[in-house]
Amino acid sequence: MREACDLVVVGAGPGGLAAACRAAEAGLDVLVLDAQPEPGGQVWRSEARKGANRLARRWLTRFAASGARFRPGARVVAAPEPGVLLVEEGSSSFAVRYGRAVLATGARERFLPFPGWTLPGVLGVSGLQVLVKDGLPIRGKRVVLAGTGPLLLAAAATIHAHGGEVLYIAEQASAASHWGFALQLWRHPAKLLQGALMSAALISVPTSTDAWVIAAEGEGRVESVRLSVRGREEQLRCDYLGAAYGLVPNLEVARLLGCETSAGAVVVNERLETRVPKVHAVGELLGIGGVDQALVTGELAGLVAAEQPIPVELERTWHRVRAFAAQLARHDAPRAELRRLATPDTLLCRCEDVPMSALEGCQNLREARLYARLGMGACQGRTCGTAAQTLFGWSGEDVRPPCLPARIGSLRLPSDVSSTHARES
Amino acid sequence: MREPASKATTRVTLRINGRAVTVPAGTSVAAALAMTDSFVSRADLSGRPRGPLCGMGVCFECRATIDGVPEVLMCLTPCREDQEVVTDA
Amino acid sequence: MSAFDCVIVGGGIVGAALADVLSADGMSVALVEARSIGAGTTACGMGHLVAMDDNAAELALTSWSVSLWRELADGLPRAVEYDACGTLWLAADDEEMAAVSAKVANYRAAGVRAEVLDSAALQEAEPALAPGLVGALRVVDDAVLYPPLAARTFALRAQARGARLMTGCPVRELRSGSVVLSNGEVLTARYIVLAAGVASPALCPGLPISPRKGHLLITRRGAPVVHHQLVELGYLKSAHGTDGASVAFNAQPRVTGQLLLGSSRQPGDATREVDAALLERMLKRAAMFLPGLDGLQALRVWTGLRPATPDGLPLLGPHPEKPWLWLACGHEGLGITTATGSARLVADQLLGRTSAIDARPYSPARFLTASSREVAHA
Repeated sequence: MREACDLVVVGAGPGGLAAACRAAEAGLDVLVLDAQPEPGGQVWRSEARKGANRLARRWLTRFAASGARFRPGARVVAAPEPGVLLVEEGSSSFAVRYGRAVLATGARERFLPFPGWTLPGVLGVSGLQVLVKDGLPIRGKRVVLAGTGPLLLAAAATIHAHGGEVLYIAEQASAASHWGFALQLWRHPAKLLQGALMSAALISVPTSTDAWVIAAEGEGRVESVRLSVRGREEQLRCDYLGAAYGLVPNLEVARLLGCETSAGAVVVNERLETRVPKVHAVGELLGIGGVDQALVTGELAGLVAAEQPIPVELERTWHRVRAFAAQLARHDAPRAELRRLATPDTLLCRCEDVPMSALEGCQNLREARLYARLGMGACQGRTCGTAAQTLFGWSGEDVRPPCLPARIGSLRLPSDVSSTHARES
Repeated sequence: MREPASKATTRVTLRINGRAVTVPAGTSVAAALAMTDSFVSRADLSGRPRGPLCGMGVCFECRATIDGVPEVLMCLTPCREDQEVVTDA
Repeated sequence: MSAFDCVIVGGGIVGAALADVLSADGMSVALVEARSIGAGTTACGMGHLVAMDDNAAELALTSWSVSLWRELADGLPRAVEYDACGTLWLAADDEEMAAVSAKVANYRAAGVRAEVLDSAALQEAEPALAPGLVGALRVVDDAVLYPPLAARTFALRAQARGARLMTGCPVRELRSGSVVLSNGEVLTARYIVLAAGVASPALCPGLPISPRKGHLLITRRGAPVVHHQLVELGYLKSAHGTDGASVAFNAQPRVTGQLLLGSSRQPGDATREVDAALLERMLKRAAMFLPGLDGLQALRVWTGLRPATPDGLPLLGPHPEKPWLWLACGHEGLGITTATGSARLVADQLLGRTSAIDARPYSPARFLTASSREVAHA
């Protein structure tokens, strides 16, 4: 099976939706691929059904009317030649031949290992939030959240709204860094309002800066957590722990396509073009910047792809949101203590069950992969690779196909792709 | 057999490791897993239990065989009527 | 400046195995590696330990090497994944099946256990294979292992005996009696051995070694799909030609339950990128033998560069024009198999001992002097 389009958009979060809307409204044939069953990405997950968030509703409605085609449950697994993607969709697969591409693959949480982090019931901060939005019964459940930045409050608000009991919010940032960050929010009116609303909803939740989770404990699932709170240790019994330290961009598809990255973000020019011709990157791929950055860069890339003029106001907005992204990065940087929580027995790689002790003598990521199987399992190092970078400063290896585990059948080339390639080479 | 779904909220009934679970339509399989009381999606190489972690298709902890298709991620899969979910836990 | 009996340049499996043997003989050894032990071609290969009978010299070296591995097996850490699964050479037609009986005789003459499987026995042994294969040759004592950890095991054993492991140390120049590192450090040695695989010609211009790129795919953990290493007999026809790119079916069970799948050959290609069109040819070929292939879960695809010589045999022995330089390179796709035998042959020559097999077929002199070239072509 084959698809052809003027523009393929990888990722249907705010950035991808904005790009798709702008390009489709300008007349391009746009195909949007996303692994989720519905458009909206992580941040607007389940909004397509619930419609609670006004901004989300506006964009999802606009997207539905734009003429762009949406393929849910579609995961890019390979890029066999320029202008072609191989996509796995459930138990089938197809190839997409595209003129231009906008990569809007968003971000994932940064997990750092601590004793007990592999127990069921220990999830990411946004991970737990997503599951609650998706129907995980949380009413009456006791929840501890540990992490950093605005995501903590967003998760707490969702859990609270669904009847969960948020016992504690542990913010790893220092008080000075945290309140400095909060004071900067006046530059960003939409976020200030958002933050205030969330704080109001959470007025009764104990929160501390300079606080993080030391260990999760329990038989077969998490039953209690130990926290470090401003130098003191506290133990709390709970049903769920959400623990993750900010976000990192999902760079795999961009790197599969050969896009240059630098300091954990895709390198783009003012037109949001990567170093690979006709491939744009938007949103979190440019450095974590949230919904505002995703929308404005998505719109810009969609307009560029459709060869439309760029409104001056849109460029101004982009420069403003960039400043916010830089502040967020400083605030969310994990503190040194978080790198020392894992014991020799703590698993770093959850897929291949590689404990910290197995890394003894390894000088770099390649050695850890070859000698200890770090990152050699099903998630291809998405979880432990980010952790190893934070813990040891090890940087990643090249991304090769498949950029996600995929059926071998999904890597097979349609006849016209392979014959085209053979003629060219 | 379950009662017919109410008109207000459509509900679907699936089976997770043979056990019937009824959830509102739109619930993800990973979220429904929490209704089986175990919240265990797989066993690690030493047989210890694991549950969903990232909720967004990154960590591969919540893989299961769904309607005969192996290695499907529960967090990316909406519950459907008569769905058969088998974990390796 | 540091002085050693022997400096080995190249910490792949061949260099590491040599460090192991020489240090066990009491020599002071430095093993110098530009990156990490076993991280180059060694890490990219399939890790087969396979007796090959293309010619007498290949059979002598591979069968001896496989038996040396077998002697080592009990002392290897479990993570090296040594698994004596044996090899099945698959016959797709009567012509190939006819070749099987000649090969059985060849192998048995060399002391290698081999037997013939008819179509029914093959189906019983490997139910995942396509029906209709005519039969197979089973080489009982062939094995597979995980090469980078095997190399590291050798290197750490040498280190425990006092050898100096120097990783992350690119070499700038080889001189008579000394090795100059990129950082300016000079190591002096009585013997210098070049075991740098595809990187060897860069340090010793004129060596007849060229890269021959290959692709491999590994699946996710799961129930074992096959139980022996499987190789198509057509491999001999399709893959050993040196002209143009070729593919052949080759599959291995790993102790993790993963399936490791090859193979492809691209002579003269030194790029590292996955070639999608060639991968497609490789998968198409493999699917003819394993009809359920497309349903398996691929985890990774990668490439590696085999250090190929014109006659498919390694260069083991002194450089005829630089008697101070010893070569242990050019193993193409058999470096893992023959690391044990290669290390012994080079060590025996350095120490003036008699080897278990005749070292002359692997002498670099067959390429590197005018007189020997005439002999080789005679």
